[in-house]
Amino acid sequence: MIQGFIKTLVGVAVTTACLGSATAQDSKVADELAKYREALADGNPADLFEVKGEALWAEKRGPKNASLEQCDLGLGPGKLDGAYAQLPKYFKDTNKVMDVESRLVHCMVTLQGFTQAEVTKQWYSKPGKDSDIEALVTFIGAKSNGKPINVPATHPEEAKMAKMGEYIFYRRSGPQDFSCSICHGQEGKRIRLQDLGNLTTKDGAGVAMKTWPSYRVSQGTVWTMQRRLIDCMRQARWPEPNYLADSVIALETYLLKTATGTVMETPGIKR
Amino acid sequence: MKLKIALVGLLSAAVVAPVLAEKAAEAPGGKYAKDAEQVFRTSFKAENPKYWMTRLEQDETMKTCGQYRDNPPRKIGEKLEKLNAATIRYPVDGKLIGDWKEGEKLAAVGTGGHIGFIQPDKAGRVRGGNCYACHQLAKQEVAYGTIGPSLQNFGKIRGNSEENIKYVYDKIYNSNAFTACTNMPRFGLHNWVTPEQITHIVAFLIDPESPVNKD
Repeated sequence: MIQGFIKTLVGVAVTTACLGSATAQDSKVADELAKYREALADGNPADLFEVKGEALWAEKRGPKNASLEQCDLGLGPGKLDGAYAQLPKYFKDTNKVMDVESRLVHCMVTLQGFTQAEVTKQWYSKPGKDSDIEALVTFIGAKSNGKPINVPATHPEEAKMAKMGEYIFYRRSGPQDFSCSICHGQEGKRIRLQDLGNLTTKDGAGVAMKTWPSYRVSQGTVWTMQRRLIDCMRQARWPEPNYLADSVIALETYLLKTATGTVMETPGIKR
Repeated sequence: MKLKIALVGLLSAAVVAPVLAEKAAEAPGGKYAKDAEQVFRTSFKAENPKYWMTRLEQDETMKTCGQYRDNPPRKIGEKLEKLNAATIRYPVDGKLIGDWKEGEKLAAVGTGGHIGFIQPDKAGRVRGGNCYACHQLAKQEVAYGTIGPSLQNFGKIRGNSEENIKYVYDKIYNSNAFTACTNMPRFGLHNWVTPEQITHIVAFLIDPESPVNKD
């Protein structure tokens, strides 16, 4: 046992020595990345989505020829300032915990008369086919820029959702034995050069959650939180959950509860 | 003498801390764990091919690791380690160290195996160990991750004894044979790479000619 421990100590010492030589190189790489991110932030194409979303919000559309201006995102009909920052939450009228996307779709169905299938057909952009949902969520999100995330999950249904999200966060499966926690349960780790946040802490979850929706340079479009989390599952080599599935909303509730108090910086921009 | 005292201190801290942590931590999901499993399993498309859905199934290791947030009590960890050690299979010719050049390629490949309707990989897309996602290896590759320990100069430090070659092969085949609930995937168990491909990765780590062992 002691011998094993000494071996470990030696191992740590060797590792530290190796890291020492790599640190200068690492910080150079980190500097370059920081510069890249700064350059990206100068003129965020998400602004265009925001403008488009604002127009869509006010436009009379659908079989009922109605706008979304009476949509209740949790603060009362038409109240948008800070609405994104307090979602997901429990809604009495649907008896469900809803995130910004499921609530928006609910409004498009109930106020404008679209069917859910119609509205969600283009829930994310494809080349040449822009998504109204991305634009609307960018607009709604921007109305919470500078507001603290506020998802205390105090209602019993919200508390249940957060707990179920925690379960899913740690649930391992698939050909790589992944769970969310494998990459996002520790401090100060990277995958390749990408920094990984520890999403089990307020700081880590805050950094991760405050900038959504976000313009993804590599994808050429805005990604919503649903899109982001569904892609995490793809990267874990799992099948994709359905858009607006409760499992995704549960993860959001868990992460945003953890991030509560962090000030939103949205829309964001990422590689 | 001082070193000894420090060691004993560290040791007792190391022994006591996990015991306390085990008692404090509730299983993820708490009383809603069952509901959560149900919600998770029913959130996937009905038209998904069956083999996609098998990727959601959990063996005993996965289930137990999730329950203990990947930090199981030692007794349970040992049980899982034995269970996983029993799964390890070797190449038919019995040779556990292959071609480091092939291993170098496999260490860099991070593609393959993505399913779904949005951005799936084409069938047959090459997949590898993706070692650089988590480990530092050859000195000239700076884009390495830090989820796992640095393996730079691994062969130089650990040597190329038969014992070490077998250890590395086994570790890649089934990492949980050594550390239950480690972050490292069980590459051989899941047929993510073949036993032969594992021998190449072993060579990449151990062969004195491999860039991993060249300063």
